[in-house]
Amino acid sequence: MAIVVTVTSGKGGVGKTTSSAAIAAGLAQAGNRTAVIDFDVGLRNLDLVMGVERRVVFDFVSVISGEASLNQALIQDKRLEQLSILAASQTKDKDALTEEGVGQVIKQLADMGFEYIICDSPAGIERGATMALHFADHAVIVTNPEVSSVRDSDRILGILQSKSKRAKEGGKVNEHLLITRYDPVRVDHGEMLSKEDVCDILAVKLMGVIPESKAVLKASNTGFPVILDAESDAGMAYSDAVARFLGEDRPLRFVAPKKQGLFSRFLGGGD
Amino acid sequence: MPIFGLFGRKKKSSAAAARERLQILISHERQNRLGPDFLPDLQREILDVVKKYVAVRDDQVSIRLDREGDASVLELNVTLPEN
Repeated sequence: MAIVVTVTSGKGGVGKTTSSAAIAAGLAQAGNRTAVIDFDVGLRNLDLVMGVERRVVFDFVSVISGEASLNQALIQDKRLEQLSILAASQTKDKDALTEEGVGQVIKQLADMGFEYIICDSPAGIERGATMALHFADHAVIVTNPEVSSVRDSDRILGILQSKSKRAKEGGKVNEHLLITRYDPVRVDHGEMLSKEDVCDILAVKLMGVIPESKAVLKASNTGFPVILDAESDAGMAYSDAVARFLGEDRPLRFVAPKKQGLFSRFLGGGD
Repeated sequence: MPIFGLFGRKKKSSAAAARERLQILISHERQNRLGPDFLPDLQREILDVVKKYVAVRDDQVSIRLDREGDASVLELNVTLPEN
């Protein structure tokens, strides 16, 4: 049976799509057949972040409405054989996502032998977002160390705990916290919530901390998941997070300020 | 490290303020979330009953549930019109 992992946050712009792309690619790299679905109907972007924007012919909504088969709509990643992408529709209405239709697509993917199905949720708490989390076995809560993001994450946790299929059947969605855009220097100066603060407030198990990194923009500029940039801090942090998700025990990296030399310290330099 | 940072007591950091504000807000929001599902329906029905006898607007009736220790207090407030 396939495992459904929803990447969600409530707030927009915190890194859901970047994280979905990275997690999907990381799971595929580890040898798992993985499909990643963009639930942001009307504002699709996963295709762009994954670098497959010119290969989208059919999409999630056209599969649900029966215009195309799932096989026709799935885009096989050219870098990772185990990875496929299902783009969101750019034109259709978000009401096109029905519980029945989404459920059927997920079941079909499982029948095709996919082991992980990553659902990239849109921002907000409307239909696209609630559909994305409905079938979740696991939820990755993407949070920036910033007040509005933390609050919205808590709101999404409430929805997961009451509205998801698992919750309605008396079970529980496995929750994982992924803190992104973390700046250890600012945390050290007391200008940013620390990872401990965010974990305490949300009371969710920490899956990873992704540092604020130039590599993320560089990766999206060129259309490849940042996790494939194995030299970059963000790429390594995502690799660690995926390994932890798969049950490995890895220490956190990039969570302490880099040691500055005496010289730059007195000049107040460093970045 | 700025040289002045070495002397005197720094004022409370903004991150500490963020943490405190979030802790208060989120515990409040969770309490509302954990309230029973029937609360909105209860409020609507009470409002209908009150309206049968007195002309009140929707916003003149408020209902809330507070938890104090192991007891819950259901508080109903109806603002009656002057006459």
